[in-house]
Amino acid sequence: MGRSRRVLAPYLLILPGGLWLLLFFVIPMVTMLSLSLQQGDIVSGYAFTGHWQTYVDAVVNYRTQLVRSLIYGAVTTIVLIVVAFPVAYWIAFYGGRRKPTYLFLLLLPFFVSFVLRTISWRYILTDEGMLLGPLKSAGILPESFNILGTSVAVISGLVYNFLPFMVLPIYVALERIDPRVVEAARDLYADPPTAFRKVILPLALPGVFAGVLMTFVPASSDYVNSAVLGSSSTTMIGQVIQSQYLTSSNYPTASALSFTLMAVLLIGVFAYARALGTEDVMKVAAR
Amino acid sequence: MTQVLEEEETAVVAAPRRSRLTGGRALHIYTWIVIGWLTLPVLVMILFGFNDTPGRYNQTWEGFTLKWYGQVFALDELTKALVISLLVAVATAVVAGALGTGIGYALGRYRFRGSGTVNLIMFATMSSPELVMGASLLTLFVSLGVGLGAVTITIAHIMFSISFVAVVVRARVLTLDRSVEEAAADLGANAWTTFWRITFPIIMPAVMSGMLLAFALSIDDFVVSNFTAGTTTTFPLWIWGATRVGLPPQVNVMGTLIFLGGVLIAVVTSIRSRPRRPAA
Repeated sequence: MGRSRRVLAPYLLILPGGLWLLLFFVIPMVTMLSLSLQQGDIVSGYAFTGHWQTYVDAVVNYRTQLVRSLIYGAVTTIVLIVVAFPVAYWIAFYGGRRKPTYLFLLLLPFFVSFVLRTISWRYILTDEGMLLGPLKSAGILPESFNILGTSVAVISGLVYNFLPFMVLPIYVALERIDPRVVEAARDLYADPPTAFRKVILPLALPGVFAGVLMTFVPASSDYVNSAVLGSSSTTMIGQVIQSQYLTSSNYPTASALSFTLMAVLLIGVFAYARALGTEDVMKVAAR
Repeated sequence: MTQVLEEEETAVVAAPRRSRLTGGRALHIYTWIVIGWLTLPVLVMILFGFNDTPGRYNQTWEGFTLKWYGQVFALDELTKALVISLLVAVATAVVAGALGTGIGYALGRYRFRGSGTVNLIMFATMSSPELVMGASLLTLFVSLGVGLGAVTITIAHIMFSISFVAVVVRARVLTLDRSVEEAAADLGANAWTTFWRITFPIIMPAVMSGMLLAFALSIDDFVVSNFTAGTTTTFPLWIWGATRVGLPPQVNVMGTLIFLGGVLIAVVTSIRSRPRRPAA
C-alpha cells in the first residue's frame, strides 16, 4: 500500500490549493479572454463573435495611456535601480551587525496601507502644503510652482511605493558575494572602480534583473499613484481599465485592454524568466 | 517581511571583513536619507492623528490633541470597513496558509510529474498585474452572476496569497534534515506520527511566516479588492472613497495602530526566531 500512497501524496497535497488557483486564476483569465471577443451589453447579455476589432479599437483609442504607462514603468524601474543600488550596496558591505535593523527600517513604512501612504504624499506635496508652502513664502520657489499633478509626482510615488522590491533582491545578490573574491581582485591590482565593474557588478546583475521583474509590471499597471498624485495629463492605462470596468461597465473593451496590457508585460517577463530561470525570482519574491 | 529578518539574523554571523572602503561614509549618509524619505509620509500620518482639527479637513496643523484616540470608533462606516478588513485578512491567512502549505510541502518534498506546471502557475500569480487578476475575477463573477461582497474579496485574497505561502514553506522543507525523520522511523514511529511529531514542528515557523505574509497582503490590498468588492468597503477602499472629501483623523489613528501592531508582530517574531548562539 505504501507505494501507491507515495505516488499519490504530492497530488493530494496540491489538489485543494491547485484547484483554488485553477478556479480563481486560470479560469478567470480564460473568461476574460473570451469576454474580450464578445459583443453585447450588460443588460441584454454578451455573445461570442470573435470580434478582434475590439482590440484594435481599444489599443488605438487608448494608445496614449498605454504608451505612457509603459514609459512611466520603464522610467520608474531605471530610477529605482539608481536609487536602490547604493542602499543595497552599503547595507550588504558596510551594514555589519546592524544589517537586519537597516532592512527593517527600509520595510517599516510598508506596515502602513499602500493607499494611505500615497495619500500622505499628496498632503505633503500639495501646492500650499507643509513642503511647498514654507518654501514659497520664503521666496525660494515661485508661487506658480507645483509638483502635484505632474508626471514627476506620479513617478516619484511609484518609486516610493516599489523601492523595497528593488532594494531587497539587489541586497540578496550582493550579500552572497564572497568578500574574498573582491579581495582577490584587489590583490591582482584591480583598483576599486575596476573591482566594482568587473567583479561586484556582474555578480549583482541577477539581483537587478529580479528587481526589474518585481517592479516593472506593478509600476506599469498601477493606477493608485496616478489617480492620487497625478492629473488628467498623467492618466495611466490602469485608470482607463478601472473606469471601463467599474464606471462604464464596458466589459469587452476593458477586457481587451487588460489582456493587451498583460500580454505586453508578461511576454517580457516570461522571456526574462526563461533566460534566467524562475527559481531565483521566486526565492526573492518570497521575501 | 518577517522572513527577511529571520534569514538575515543568520547572515550576520558571517559578516564580511572588509569594512573600510572609500565612499563608505557618503553611502551611509545616503542610506539614512533614503530611510528618512521612506519614513516621512508615515510620520506625517502619525502626527496628524494628534491634530486638533475641527472637521474633516485634516491637512493643516491646529494643535495637539488626544481626542481622536478616544473617538477612534466614532465613524460607524469606517469602523465597519476596518472590521471587514480584519475578518477577510484572518480568513485569508487561515485558508491560504493551509492550501499554500500543502503545495509548498509537496513541491519541497516530492519529485512528480506536473510540478513544472504548478511552479509556472504560481509564478504567473505572483507576476501578473494585480489589476488584471482583479479584473479577470470580476469578469468571472459577473458572467456567473455571483454577487460581489466580503466573500468574493476573500476568495480573491486567498488566490493571490497561496503562492507566497507555498514559496515560503517550500524553502523550509528543502532545508529540512531528512535524517531526523529517519531517526524517528528507526525508533518505531509510523509515517503519521513522524509527520506530526517531527516534520510539522520543524516547518511550523515557515507556515506562520507564510500566514503572516498572507494577512499583511490581504489587509493592505486595494487593487484586487476594488474589483471584487461590489458595494462592500474594506479599510483601504473606505480611505480611497473618502479621499475627495478629506480623510477624518480617525483614519490616521487606525493607520497608526495598524502600523504599531505590524511592527510589534515583526519585532516579536524576529526575536523569537533568532538562532540561539552557543555560550562561549
